[in-house]
Amino acid sequence: MAKDEFREFRLVGTRPDRPDGLDKVTGRARYGADISAPGMLWGAVVRSPHAHARIVKIDTSKAEALSGVKAVVTRADFPTGLTGDEWDLQENTMAGDKALYDGHAVAAVAATSKLRAEEAARLIEVEYEVLPHVIDVDDAIKPDAPVIREGAADATVPEGMPPNVVRYFEHGRGDLDAGFAEADLVRENTYRTEATHQGYIEPHACLGQLGEDGKGEMWVCTQGHWFIRKMCADVLGLEKSQLRVTPSEIGGGFGGKTTIFMEPLSLALSRKAGGRPVKIVMSRSEVLRATGPTASASMDVKIGMKKDGTLTAGRAEFRMQGGAFWGAPVDMALDCAFAAYKLPAVMHIGYDVLANRPKAAAYRAPGSPMAACAVESLIDEMCRELGLDPMEVRLKNAVREGDRSSYGPKFKSIGLVETLEATKAHPNFSAPLGPNQGRGIASGFWFNHGGETSVTIALSEDGTVTVSAGTPDIGGSRASIALMTAETLGIPYENVRVNIVETGALGVNEPTHGSRATFATGKAAVEAANAAIKEMCRRAAVEWGIDPEAVEWVDGAAQPAGPNAGKFPPMSIAEIAGNMGSTGGPISGHHEGNLGGVGASFGCHVVDVEVDPETGRTTILRYLVVQDAGRAIHPAYVEGQYQGGAAQGIGWALNEGYVYGEDGRLQNSVFLDYRVPVASDLPMIDTVIVEVPNPGHPFGVRGVGETGITPPLPAIANAIHAATGARLRHLPMNPPSVLAAIKAVKGG
Amino acid sequence: MRYHAAKTFEEAASIAAKADGVTRFLAGGTDVLVQLRAGLVTPDDLIDLKHIDGVQDITRLDDGGWEIGVAVAGARLGAHEALCADWPGVVEGMELVGSTQVQGRATLTGNLCNGSPAADGVPGLVAAGAVAKIVGPDGMREIPIEEIPAGPGKTTLAKGELIAAVRLPARGAGGGDAYQRFIPRTEMDIAVAGCAINLRVEGDTITEARVAIGAVAPTIRLVPEAAELLVGSTLDAATADALAAAVSAAANPITDKRGTSEFRTEVVGVLARRVAQTAYDRAKGDRS
Repeated sequence: MAKDEFREFRLVGTRPDRPDGLDKVTGRARYGADISAPGMLWGAVVRSPHAHARIVKIDTSKAEALSGVKAVVTRADFPTGLTGDEWDLQENTMAGDKALYDGHAVAAVAATSKLRAEEAARLIEVEYEVLPHVIDVDDAIKPDAPVIREGAADATVPEGMPPNVVRYFEHGRGDLDAGFAEADLVRENTYRTEATHQGYIEPHACLGQLGEDGKGEMWVCTQGHWFIRKMCADVLGLEKSQLRVTPSEIGGGFGGKTTIFMEPLSLALSRKAGGRPVKIVMSRSEVLRATGPTASASMDVKIGMKKDGTLTAGRAEFRMQGGAFWGAPVDMALDCAFAAYKLPAVMHIGYDVLANRPKAAAYRAPGSPMAACAVESLIDEMCRELGLDPMEVRLKNAVREGDRSSYGPKFKSIGLVETLEATKAHPNFSAPLGPNQGRGIASGFWFNHGGETSVTIALSEDGTVTVSAGTPDIGGSRASIALMTAETLGIPYENVRVNIVETGALGVNEPTHGSRATFATGKAAVEAANAAIKEMCRRAAVEWGIDPEAVEWVDGAAQPAGPNAGKFPPMSIAEIAGNMGSTGGPISGHHEGNLGGVGASFGCHVVDVEVDPETGRTTILRYLVVQDAGRAIHPAYVEGQYQGGAAQGIGWALNEGYVYGEDGRLQNSVFLDYRVPVASDLPMIDTVIVEVPNPGHPFGVRGVGETGITPPLPAIANAIHAATGARLRHLPMNPPSVLAAIKAVKGG
Repeated sequence: MRYHAAKTFEEAASIAAKADGVTRFLAGGTDVLVQLRAGLVTPDDLIDLKHIDGVQDITRLDDGGWEIGVAVAGARLGAHEALCADWPGVVEGMELVGSTQVQGRATLTGNLCNGSPAADGVPGLVAAGAVAKIVGPDGMREIPIEEIPAGPGKTTLAKGELIAAVRLPARGAGGGDAYQRFIPRTEMDIAVAGCAINLRVEGDTITEARVAIGAVAPTIRLVPEAAELLVGSTLDAATADALAAAVSAAANPITDKRGTSEFRTEVVGVLARRVAQTAYDRAKGDRS
């Protein structure tokens, strides 16, 4: 099925040991909290216990008087006059006039020990005037809803909308009315998904140091240290180049570590404490209360379908809250909603709404899982009503290369049809089912991203190679970059070491987000390797006294290109590297740019569930992920991404969700009660890697990290419907909800 | 915080009786140390019981019953074949507490004294008719387990009193017990509802029964009216349904982040039906 199926690779597509494996299994890997420095202080953060409150007074005198306390900061220690996103980041880092959610930072303290810092934090007295709050997105746009910030709406929001609507989207094409008129069945339903947290196992941690001269350093667990540098510098009014940021190993991010939370606090405390480094490590409770979950959503979807399954029109109206700041991914959700379908008429309407919750951060395919939950559920419901096979309906309406996407551009090479066909061919798709069991399928989509990327490769004296990359390795990018570099250079995988380097070592790199590390950093590494090859060929040409154009690179060595070029034995990379000091000095290759050529990735999931009819408890019996990887550089890591996305989606579908009390406080801020799936909740997740190469990447890579979380929500809703006859349109589909839905079906 | 490593129960009781601040006993520590680190409780006096002779022992008593020391970890109960053969329901309840790592420390007595209505280790003890051996300033006394919980986080123990051991009665012939809880996941969770049943059969007929429910009231509760339904029956379908209804009727749960009142009330009845079957099968000789 691959377009270049005859091209054979020596390393790409193999499964060598991961370069970080030994460090991680022996505990040698250094994560955020593992970094310490001489003279280090510990920071602790005072957080608002109220969802919405005016800060009347902060008295820090008792904390400052405590022995061992070296600095206390409040918003008064931050520069004023920021606007736009920079103000939002500063406001979220440390509350100003108002605390906007339970967990919002209002003060911070640095002391000589963690216990002392925590004791001092308890001594800081904050006087609040509690204000009415709003948690639910639909409540937030009611006429009497508390207003979180007057004038927060941007220019997209028409006059007269509720004040908590801060962005408005409306776009589409085709004649919607004609489309619905042409349909044999038109259905419209409302779907709701809860906010969920990325749930990375490593809490946020950093060590920051900032002198009175404005020069600083930071060691931090992050997906993107240039983002940390820029955001911290903006929030604190620093020169960006004076802040040097080094990323640690990272224990998961899933998008949630592409922004700042307590990092500027450590720098502000350090500056006030005479430049002593300050370490801040969040507790799980702080992570859940104060760092970015994704948005909660309330979504109306309307679809027109003919008796033969042909889709005629689709309309999506999504309302999402992303906390007390703009940024709910409603725009991306709308773009993903109908992406898998050819639709003659489509309309998207979206509202980004403020509520008294933590500021949303990116979470794996931001917006797409919610959109899929609504659209893929409704497609399934309509197929049932018309007696159609939902897989055949998906195939019938599937977008192909050259089709105009629902969100605008024409698709280039994509692998949706190949993915659906591979799904049909898998044994899970036709495995027999027992009583109380049901099967659900759903598709998913993510655009993927290229973005700002800068990579350098350098030859060592023995002919081995280091790659300096700027995208922290969350999901195996060091292995895939090493494979692509070694493949290009014609050397063993083991001869390449990929280092994630600090902000001073390369040009600006965007974070590891948008499923871009293997795509973009990999692409830049291949180009950098090609630049090094060009230089190595030139060195050989000089040695041989022939034209550089007459030298080619084959199997890790320079050789004359054909008999006319001259007769010389191949000169290996080790020989060239060994002599480089006397042939012109160091040899490296560099590539940077705003890399395009991304290829979208479609997936299809099949899940079999068994529902206990007496308790409403859902057990996942079998789970299949089929997804287009373009080219799987390291298939084990690709499978890991597929499985990880499915696992997170299963949690989101069944039990995860923020539970707020009447007082607006988060009730379940520990993993005991914020119920991510545990290992024994899941079966081995089966995977099929479809490879329809992306022509925009030298090896055909599509990003694979995000699509996998998109289909589980609707796939499980569809499976529960098949098992019980009950349709759940509101997540999470936890046992009480499922039991109530089963009883409602039986009762009526 | 003052740390005391008591050498006798009398010494521990004496320290606790004299203490005037927040006092906590330390056996497994899986509640106290977690609460300490989370900043929920900072004891003024922390009295370690692990250094008292015999606290790690599981002892067969002369009458055929069992005494389980205050510091016996859950994992040791699970590894004790004779105890598991006699009281599988008690052991399976305790083994549901926490993770494998927690099982290496957590104790039955700690689970009881933590006072949680959702404690998995306790309904089995209540159903079994176990008693707690209590040491205090006035000497030693024994009281039934069900008289110890007083509400979430509270016990009926007086100042200076502590539990030295838990005693299980002799199993005798034709006995079987079982415990199940409902959680939305498969492990590492807190019971949304729980039920333990202990019964005895002669032939196919149930002659004695005790039913205990957890996580559906402020305390773990004995439900005698449900047990009465079982006695004299062969656990036919009608009896099982009546049992479920009686157990649900005895439940008085709250709605919270872990489950709704309505759901808990219904599911505890479902559990009772399932648990009764397992206990019955065990009583008849099925050891699975």
